Amino acid sequence: MPANFAPSADDYLRFLPEIILTVAGTALMVLDPLFAKRLPKMFGTLAIGAFIAAMVAACAANAVPGASFSNLLIVDGFATYFRVLVIGIGILATLSSYEYLDREKAETGEYHALLLFSVAGQCIMVSANDLIMIFIGLEISSISSYVLAGYLRDDKRNNEAALKYFLLGSFATGFLLYGMAIIYGITGTTKLDEVRLALNTPGVSMGMVAVAAGLMIVGLGFKVSGAPFQMWAPDVYQGAPAPVSAFMATAPKAAAFAIFVRIFMTCFERISNSWEPLIWIFALLSMTIGNFAALTQTNLKRMLAYSSIANAGYILVALAARSELGTSAIMFYLAAYALMNIGAFAVIIHISGKGERHLQIDDLAGLSQKQPLTAALLTVFVLSFIGVPLTGGFFGKFYIFRAALDSNLVWLAVLGLLNSAVAAYYYLRLLVVMYMHEPGEVTQELHPLTPGLMAALVLPAIGTFALGILPEAVLNFARNSSMLGR
Amino acid sequence: MNILDLLLAIPAIGFFVGLIMPRAQEQAIRLLTLVFSLIAFIVSLGLAIGFQTGQTTQQFVTNVVWIQNPEIHYHVGIDGLSLWLIILTTFLTPIAILISWKSIQKQAKEFFAFLLLLEFGLIGVFAAWDLFLFFVFWEIVLVPMYFLIGIWGHDRRIYAAVKFFLYTMAGSALMLVAIIFLYTQSGTFDYATILDQLASGRIALSHIQETLLFLAFFIAFAIKVPLFPLHTWLPDAHVEAPTAGSLMLASVMLKMGTYGLVRFCLPLFPTAARENAPWIIVLAIIGIVYGALVAMVQPNMKKLVAYSSVSHLGFVVLGIFSFTQMGLDGAVYQMLNHGISTGALFILVGFMYERRHSLAIADYGGVATVAPWLSTIFLITTLASIGLPTLNNFVGEFLVLQGVAQANFTWTVFAALGVILSACYMLWLYQRVFFGAVGEGVEHHVLDLNLREWVSIVPLIVMMVWMGIYTQTFLAHVSETNAQILNQSKMNVPLRVAIPPVGGGHLNAR
Repeated sequence: MPANFAPSADDYLRFLPEIILTVAGTALMVLDPLFAKRLPKMFGTLAIGAFIAAMVAACAANAVPGASFSNLLIVDGFATYFRVLVIGIGILATLSSYEYLDREKAETGEYHALLLFSVAGQCIMVSANDLIMIFIGLEISSISSYVLAGYLRDDKRNNEAALKYFLLGSFATGFLLYGMAIIYGITGTTKLDEVRLALNTPGVSMGMVAVAAGLMIVGLGFKVSGAPFQMWAPDVYQGAPAPVSAFMATAPKAAAFAIFVRIFMTCFERISNSWEPLIWIFALLSMTIGNFAALTQTNLKRMLAYSSIANAGYILVALAARSELGTSAIMFYLAAYALMNIGAFAVIIHISGKGERHLQIDDLAGLSQKQPLTAALLTVFVLSFIGVPLTGGFFGKFYIFRAALDSNLVWLAVLGLLNSAVAAYYYLRLLVVMYMHEPGEVTQELHPLTPGLMAALVLPAIGTFALGILPEAVLNFARNSSMLGR
Repeated sequence: MNILDLLLAIPAIGFFVGLIMPRAQEQAIRLLTLVFSLIAFIVSLGLAIGFQTGQTTQQFVTNVVWIQNPEIHYHVGIDGLSLWLIILTTFLTPIAILISWKSIQKQAKEFFAFLLLLEFGLIGVFAAWDLFLFFVFWEIVLVPMYFLIGIWGHDRRIYAAVKFFLYTMAGSALMLVAIIFLYTQSGTFDYATILDQLASGRIALSHIQETLLFLAFFIAFAIKVPLFPLHTWLPDAHVEAPTAGSLMLASVMLKMGTYGLVRFCLPLFPTAARENAPWIIVLAIIGIVYGALVAMVQPNMKKLVAYSSVSHLGFVVLGIFSFTQMGLDGAVYQMLNHGISTGALFILVGFMYERRHSLAIADYGGVATVAPWLSTIFLITTLASIGLPTLNNFVGEFLVLQGVAQANFTWTVFAALGVILSACYMLWLYQRVFFGAVGEGVEHHVLDLNLREWVSIVPLIVMMVWMGIYTQTFLAHVSETNAQILNQSKMNVPLRVAIPPVGGGHLNAR
């Protein structure tokens, strides 16, 4: 490697999204004491501005693909896709937070700064080309999320969620780090492409590599909340503030899947025969446990938490396919999932009321008669979760199972699709209470949608239809970037 | 853009226009959806007029790329099989709107919009020529029907709607796997191309693969038909659905299953279809007899008609898996017949419900005295349903039985039991409801037909007679396509299932 340590202009451009997000986050921290009392809503607007700027920067960086900062970071289509995705999730999460923070009388400056930092961490994760960089990005993202999960300090549930998330999250990171250490011990490098090369040379102890891969599966399994490492997810998603749950179920998960794919499809591709059965079981367990546990939930957030476990299972099916098709299916599905999940959480934020008192599924009763538009939009997301055609969820699932069948995973595909039929049951319950029950107390007294929440509902709905009806552009981009430097 | 595209566009546009109409304008929405459905019907007649006989390929084709990679086409077209099913759909939709005119007051806007969405999906199912597109329409149909049952149904509507949705979802999950598997083998979703590749041996399926694929498609369709023992969703859905929902469900949606069997199961997997025919036929015959027996003991009129559907649809499956030209013709004809006559039965039961607010047979009696016209119409429909010659069902049942007799005479004997039993339960129903002493509730509440009801029921009666007397209008097109499908189902088949030669040792109709 050339010993040129002075970063070039291109290096900075490739790193620009992270720079923007970090600077904006820091600026919000500074501005917070000055304007917190007078202009509490300003911070959200600034954050959205920063997100948009970062998104533009991410697209601009894609014009100069390549490795930067001594090969620590890499900008390729894969990185750009996930950067745009997590930044987009950041925007939607911010939009859905306005009303919530106002209602809970919470401080806005720190909240939005943490959100920016978290997204910055995820941007680093998805564009990292080095195990240490992955770890740093993961920690930036996670620590911000830990704080966000307990953002409402006086709320017992918030505290429980933050503590649980923190303890289990650190535990998982330990596994991941241990795996990384073993890899460094075997190969003498932490760069992903060099690890790949080193593992391809004869004489490497494949047993130890398998141990490292196994440890990483455990660590990443926690992060993506796949069964049997899903225990934390329901409690954390239920306890955390609703907009934070929406964020946590999507952005960190998308980033974790991105590094999952990047590590396993580059470093460990050669030994994929030995980890494929693990992922196979992992996927099946996640789908089955997630879906069957969701059947009995009465709390909306908890139900969506289990649904997120099941959805992680579908994505793992695509990972088990171990192909470029599988990688692009993962990319597509994560986008579709993010849209429908945030949309669904936006409705929860809307109906839950101050202190999140109304979180039961029955609290949606008769929503279609009182607020037909809100009900219709939630219907779009629910149909997407179920996988009804013309929604992003359907096309994503179709693409995942196509990848699985392409790699001859017939039984996994059959079991997965049957699982999605089971899942239809609990998603349908939302439609049942919204459309087929008489309006209850909660919906009777519901305020109209605020502009921020309206945007957080309409934008994902448009996106869901776009991914379902005209998926071409996203699909092509995903497919063209699924090579991962091989 | 040809007539078929236009026909697909009209209900879709009507759906969206209906959705953006202001909620208060209920009457305008009713009129608007009626107008849209009538235009769709008129346009669909254009299909029949422009349809050319003697062509083996599909007509009114539009084939444009929808998604480049994976290559998915918007490929629609019709042949003799789909032509009349599409027209059945467009014919019944305005009637469904008319019969709901007064009875649907709650959330009328969504109701009528959903009927148009349903029409869109159904036309699409019968017209799609790309497996992916077919699946898309197949699933779209679920959504409006789920809401129709769930929002506007009777007491146990939620249970029925969810059951209906989940049954169909489970079946279609398997079908989706099969469709994707075919795609990974052939590299295309285009039905004609896949068929071609299979026939020419360019994709070779192993025996076990073919059987599993056949079963995946078959189960999805059999749930929809519904074939015994997968029928349990049907009585619930029918009884709980509003009249228009029952009408569309029985008359058209059940045909999605049988259509799928004829269109996809036979030509795609000829060997597996023939190998599995014996047990499928046994199930069909059990369905015929079981459905009829259960119908006989129902205290609820709608449930009775629902079980009679199970019985009638058994005939259709029987005809399909007889692998004879007559059996197949009869099966397809029976699909149309059942759509008309059972549809009419559901409408009439709906009329009675609107008057008396009860579906229990015990609450009626002596209706013939107070509502002679209603009784007359009901009688004609009853006779059609039990297969009286010169009315439509006779033709279908006769052809099916004759076709089956060619294949295996024993089957015919058992299946014919269904014909007898159908006379028992329908005539007994008629006797209990229309004759006898006039009850208190009947005398004051059951009025005769009004103009709107006349307008909605007479077209069905006309069709019963037309289809019973002049079958050539319909059967010619159907028969042509069936001959082709039968031919496809013979390709590359080593004929492992021995079909007794015509007239060989058995008594035969010819």
